[in-house]
Amino acid sequence: MTSTYAAGGGLFGLAPLIIIFPLLGLLTNLLLGRRMGERFVGVVACLAVVASFGVAVSQLVALLAQPEGARVVVADWIAIGSLSVPWAIQVDTLSVTMMLMVSGVSTLIHIYATGYMHEDVRFQGDPGRYTRFFVYFNLFVAAMMVLITGDSFLTLFVGWEGVGLCSYLLIGFWYEKGAGGIGNAVAGKKAFVTNRIGDFGFLVAMFLIYTTFGSLQFEEVFLRAEEMGPAGAGALTAITLLLLVGATGKSAQIPLYVWLPDAMAGPTPVSALIHAATMVTAGIYMIARNHVLFELAPATANIAALVGAATALWAASIAVGQYDIKKVLAYSTISQLGFMVAAVGLGAYVAGMFHLVTHAFFKALLFLSAGSVIQGVERGHHHAAGHAPPSSGRAEQAFDPNDMRHMGGLRSRMPVTFAVYCIGALALAGIPPLAGFFSKDEILAEAARLDPVVYILLTSAAFLTAFYMGRQIWMVFFGQPRSGAAAHAQESPIVMTAPLAGLAVLATLGGALNLPQVHSLSRWLGHTLGEVEIGEFRWQVAALSTGLGLLAIGLSWVLYGRRPLAQGADDPLRRILGPLFAGMERKWGVDEAYNFLFVQRYVDLSRLLGDVVEGRFWHDWFHDRVLGRAYRDGTRWLSDGFDLPVIDGAANGLASLTRAAAGRLRTLQTGYVRTYALFLLLGVVAVLGYLLFR
Amino acid sequence: MNVPTEYVLALSAILFVLGVIGVLIRRNALVVFMSVELMLNSANLAFIAFARAYQSLGGQVFVFFTITVAAAEVAVGLALIVAIFRSKHSIDVDQMSSLKG
Amino acid sequence: MTPDLLLFFSLGAIAVATAVGMLASRNAVYSTLLLVLNFVTVAVMYLALNAAFIAMVQVTVYAGAIMVLFMFVVMLLGGEQLPPTSRMRWQIPLAGVLGLLLAAEALYAIFSLRASPVDRPEVAVDFGSPATVGLYLYQNYLVPVEIASILLLVAMLGAIVLTRVERRQAR
Repeated sequence: MTSTYAAGGGLFGLAPLIIIFPLLGLLTNLLLGRRMGERFVGVVACLAVVASFGVAVSQLVALLAQPEGARVVVADWIAIGSLSVPWAIQVDTLSVTMMLMVSGVSTLIHIYATGYMHEDVRFQGDPGRYTRFFVYFNLFVAAMMVLITGDSFLTLFVGWEGVGLCSYLLIGFWYEKGAGGIGNAVAGKKAFVTNRIGDFGFLVAMFLIYTTFGSLQFEEVFLRAEEMGPAGAGALTAITLLLLVGATGKSAQIPLYVWLPDAMAGPTPVSALIHAATMVTAGIYMIARNHVLFELAPATANIAALVGAATALWAASIAVGQYDIKKVLAYSTISQLGFMVAAVGLGAYVAGMFHLVTHAFFKALLFLSAGSVIQGVERGHHHAAGHAPPSSGRAEQAFDPNDMRHMGGLRSRMPVTFAVYCIGALALAGIPPLAGFFSKDEILAEAARLDPVVYILLTSAAFLTAFYMGRQIWMVFFGQPRSGAAAHAQESPIVMTAPLAGLAVLATLGGALNLPQVHSLSRWLGHTLGEVEIGEFRWQVAALSTGLGLLAIGLSWVLYGRRPLAQGADDPLRRILGPLFAGMERKWGVDEAYNFLFVQRYVDLSRLLGDVVEGRFWHDWFHDRVLGRAYRDGTRWLSDGFDLPVIDGAANGLASLTRAAAGRLRTLQTGYVRTYALFLLLGVVAVLGYLLFR
Repeated sequence: MNVPTEYVLALSAILFVLGVIGVLIRRNALVVFMSVELMLNSANLAFIAFARAYQSLGGQVFVFFTITVAAAEVAVGLALIVAIFRSKHSIDVDQMSSLKG
Repeated sequence: MTPDLLLFFSLGAIAVATAVGMLASRNAVYSTLLLVLNFVTVAVMYLALNAAFIAMVQVTVYAGAIMVLFMFVVMLLGGEQLPPTSRMRWQIPLAGVLGLLLAAEALYAIFSLRASPVDRPEVAVDFGSPATVGLYLYQNYLVPVEIASILLLVAMLGAIVLTRVERRQAR
């Protein structure tokens, strides 16, 4: 049980600052940014994140003294009846690991972004939007920190939604650009909607948790879950399955991964930070945080492992057939997230978290380097076009700087980028002694031990990973430039290359976090995750994976390196694999299938509801014909059928009746005396008769 | 004359009815007037019959006065008829229908 | 049939006949004359009913003065012939019916109710004589007599005024 404000002392009290600093940063930029200029905005944003990193370090120091962690209550939030959710920060080894990774990588990416966005806003033609970018960026860091430090499901969910919002805002940052003038906005919408499905699963899971355990705070829920034991197996399976759905949404697993490749429409720092290093890892973090529940629901854990492994292989296969430099990396991210999900599904939480951290290093490195390549090619394009001022016209869109088929030979023109890119690629491929080798290998070792099917899937994915990274390197950096832009490409400024170097160092040395015999991370995380099995190093697995990786790189060299791709030539794999390659290139038609099965059906439904149900039935038929006509007929009956004949008839009839009666009676007044006398006689006879015979 | 009073009264009634019919049927104003006199006369007859029956002279006195009034009435009535004739140039009762409604 | 009854029935028949004749006659002069005859017949009946004075008065005033006046006016106005009635033909039968009804009712009233206390009472010889009537009249009915005289005066005046105004306007 964590205690509040205990031995770690005052340092724990600093924890809320990790959220407050980015908020201050964004508020400052929001209010003063326009007036103070780009340099001010960039500095403020970066300082905010650096400050967060400082706070994270302080928490680390505090934890060293008190490894069990602490819970810092910030404020009361919800207190309704039996539901009590205060705003509190959970500082333990798991959350601090995430804090350090997020704030550290964010700092480097922020620095990079100041340089990248400076050029990007000029390419796209709206320099005024620079401030907005960093406001969103800082907001994202704040939301991510809320997610990581939350001590209850609800707090985590607030951060969960917050990062989803920032993802949407940043994907569609250039909302008026993209295919058809709305492509980026559409990508943002796709990301948001797909994430919503996952979020729905998460919400229902929260409802179930509350009704089953009566609380939303992690510690209480875990305690009661363990107490409940086998009795709550059904509920736990349901809860964990729904949490898994949430994870597949946020961490881009099958079936909800389709948003992540489209999210590459956002600026490259966004792709690096949000869609590689931090936001997409939230799902894995969430599962690790709920390890107690998943350990009590082994069925779901198995499903998670299989889903992760299948996603890893599936995405890797698609990455082989992509031409867009960022798309390759996107599918690679999905694949690596699959590795992580498989790891936590198998119960190897430490392995999963280890790979999460190292992946953040080298994937962020790869994305930022890809951004550097893209901007270099764009600079070359403008240089080749005779220093024409950049415009947001159609001429730019016809030239795609992301397309690898237009690159080539950039090794000589962008050496720094080339160097760091190679480091990142090798790390991703899992070549020792780079970071990726250690983390990926630990996952493979656990899989080999626990689940052979998963192991085979993951190993195949690892093979393909090495292959497509090799393919990418040969296509981009080797051979001859295949376009004028590539021929004139220029290296990026130091404000961009320095962070790249920093990340490269991390990617190289990151393996030290959890070396096979030392297992520092395992012990560190063990304080939060409970008893962690430290498996022994299995050199067979390591040898097999390394060998396969080298084999894959060699294969890619044979296809793409030995005879470099010529300008305008097609991918050699198409001849070899034929329809398989077409499938890879077209992402196995998943987007099209989703569109047909779900999106179009939904559109049809909404059209049905709108036109038929709402329009024709409700409005036309019911309102106009039934109600309207009933009303009109009713009033017409009342006026014509009732008021006129009956009421007017009564009034008029009375008058005409009187007149008719008067007319008839008038005939009695003949004016003749004799008639009057006759009536007199009649009366006399009658009265006399009455008197005589009564 | 020693007849039952009822017989005389019956005669009086018949004469009266004849007078009424005369008023109703005839169009000549003078004949109508004469019928009225007939009616008066029949009433007188009844009175005399009762005077004898009850041995009361009051009946006869009444007849006396009736005749007097009849005389006065005839005088005025005929004067009226003459005056009407002067304006309408007719004594047809049916012609005097100004009260026609 | 006693002689009295025979007398009565004869006189009655004549009275009714003359009355009918008066009604039916197309000629107004004939009607007047018939009515005179009727009055005389009734006067005779008065006589038979012990009302001598009244009988004389009837003949003198009624038959002699009133009917003569009638005759004068008939002659003056020349109302002998009148065109036959075209309108209200229906009144004649109806009048007849109603008259018969009235007669029936009257006769029923007369014969079902006791008209006199005693049948055929004995009367004094001078029951209806002028002296008796006069005495009775002036002893008991003096004021009505005077009023009757005023009435006659008014009637005279009325007759003169009515016919006089007419003359002035005619000019």
